[in-house]
Amino acid sequence: MSAWLQRALLGASLLAALAFPLVAESGFWIKFAFTTLLFAYLGQAWNILGGYGGQFSFGHALFFGTGAYAAAIAQTAFGLNPWLGLPLGALAGGAVGWAAGYLSFRYGLRGSYFALVTLAFAEVFRILANAVPFTGAGVGLFVPLQPGWAQLQPGPIGFYYIVLALVFASLWFAWRIENSRFGAQLMAVRENEAAAAALGVDAYALKVRAIALSGAMTGVGGVLYVQFYLYIDPSLAYGPGISVEILLVPIIGGLGTIFGPLIGSIVLHAASELARRIMGDAPGIHLVFYGVLLVVMVRFLPDGLAGLLRRKRKAEVPRNA
Amino acid sequence: MLEFQILLPSIVNGLTLGAVYALVALGLTLIYGVLHIINFAHGSLLMAALYAAFFAHAGLGLDPYLAMPLLAAAFFVVGYALQRWVIGKASHGKDQNVLLVTLGISIAIENLALYLFRADTRTIETPISYEMLDLGIALVPYPRAIGFAAALGIAALLWWTIERTDLGRAIRAVAKERQGAKLVGIDVDHVFALSFGIGTAVLGAAACLLLPSFYVSPSVGNVFVLVAFTVVVLGGMGSFTGALVGGLAIGVTESVGGLFLGQQLGQLGIFVIFIALLLFRPTGLFGSRLA
Repeated sequence: MSAWLQRALLGASLLAALAFPLVAESGFWIKFAFTTLLFAYLGQAWNILGGYGGQFSFGHALFFGTGAYAAAIAQTAFGLNPWLGLPLGALAGGAVGWAAGYLSFRYGLRGSYFALVTLAFAEVFRILANAVPFTGAGVGLFVPLQPGWAQLQPGPIGFYYIVLALVFASLWFAWRIENSRFGAQLMAVRENEAAAAALGVDAYALKVRAIALSGAMTGVGGVLYVQFYLYIDPSLAYGPGISVEILLVPIIGGLGTIFGPLIGSIVLHAASELARRIMGDAPGIHLVFYGVLLVVMVRFLPDGLAGLLRRKRKAEVPRNA
Repeated sequence: MLEFQILLPSIVNGLTLGAVYALVALGLTLIYGVLHIINFAHGSLLMAALYAAFFAHAGLGLDPYLAMPLLAAAFFVVGYALQRWVIGKASHGKDQNVLLVTLGISIAIENLALYLFRADTRTIETPISYEMLDLGIALVPYPRAIGFAAALGIAALLWWTIERTDLGRAIRAVAKERQGAKLVGIDVDHVFALSFGIGTAVLGAAACLLLPSFYVSPSVGNVFVLVAFTVVVLGGMGSFTGALVGGLAIGVTESVGGLFLGQQLGQLGIFVIFIALLLFRPTGLFGSRLA
């Protein structure tokens, strides 16, 4: 693909995304697009740590739920303006990310052990959120309905544009990381931590920074989620369902690629909507589908859909040369 | 000594619970010790085995204890097939892929159960469900006493298989040095699948021991999976004795902890132990490999 074509394609999809609410007939499709874009954004957050940094987290719900609860509690208990919930969610998610990273990377956890400990952290928070009073325990927290931009409840179309902006910001951010010293070092650690360390990369500090960044981004996603659905409870916030959906997105789309999470989220949600229409809206069925998809992707397309495109392009080179 | 009168039964209760934990963890540690992979699907396979035992009882009228050999055999086949044709093929030799694949399998199995059987909690009643065994210091329900004895028996059988048979020798050889094992003519992929099958067969047996005194629901695997991971990490990944001792220790911790802190926070205790172990002593208390 030439650079010109690439730019034209990007511009066209940007225009299409901006115009989408004008042509989408029903609230259903707006909601569908909101969810898809939200997970494209969350997947990008995971991608920074898991894709570029090679540290697979099985517990990103930890940051998602913390962001959501931080904003919901600040608003319901202290009357904070919901817009301030966004930086607060980022701060809370980042702080928890930093703490989780400090604990696990300090003691040299990697690979499977890191995945396990993030899962356990999320579970501890789920049990705590179920037990303590200020999260509303098992009942959950309701955020009051106050429509209007001033209270961060701009209606479905407004939410669509907010999350679209977040996705663009995250794409730009991933692009910046790919072309930065930080990103290069992160990828070096992913490929071979010992070799990177031998070249003077402070792998520990780097990984903690990556997880704090990823946590902050994920926290913002949680805030948006809670304002959209006006409700959060421990298993929605910290349950394994969210963690899995977040990690599926970049794995399907392509780990460590800029557009992987976006492609992955679109494919995942389109396919699962299709599955829902065919098999009916029974509890659990879309998760069965996610599980099978995860196995099939790792088996046949370990580099994701973006990897497929790249492989094809590589295969084309000799023919053109 | 009023406290003693509460504490002792609580410890005995914890030991009977812990023996089943140990059994579940033995399967996990065997798989880890040989294949060096963490099997995330362990809990949901146990859940599937519990459903199998439940329907064998409800549909065929088969007593869980009689169904045990049948279920163990069936789950051996399931485990063998899973490793040979799904996990092994999909991993491309990378640990992180194994993690993702087993996670995918566990999500699929768990939610398929949710789809098929709904979220209902089901229990069975056997003729001995309410019988008590008087140990002098504590009253133990018969199903639990049987579970304790059988779990230790199965653990002994497993130990004997690994230590004293040709199959066990091959498994140990592959666990230690897979290249070398290949060189002397061991079919490594076959041994991998066999080990996975044995680890899963243990779950079939554990399910039959659990069901008479426990319940089954689609999420029941989650109760066990982190406990099993904790036990395995506590005992040292791949350590046989470690899994046994660790299982009993966690059972007692949960039971005694629940006595003092209430059930919900007793559950939290297991996670705290798990995280602390991962952070401070990931090689566990008995940090040797299956050997």
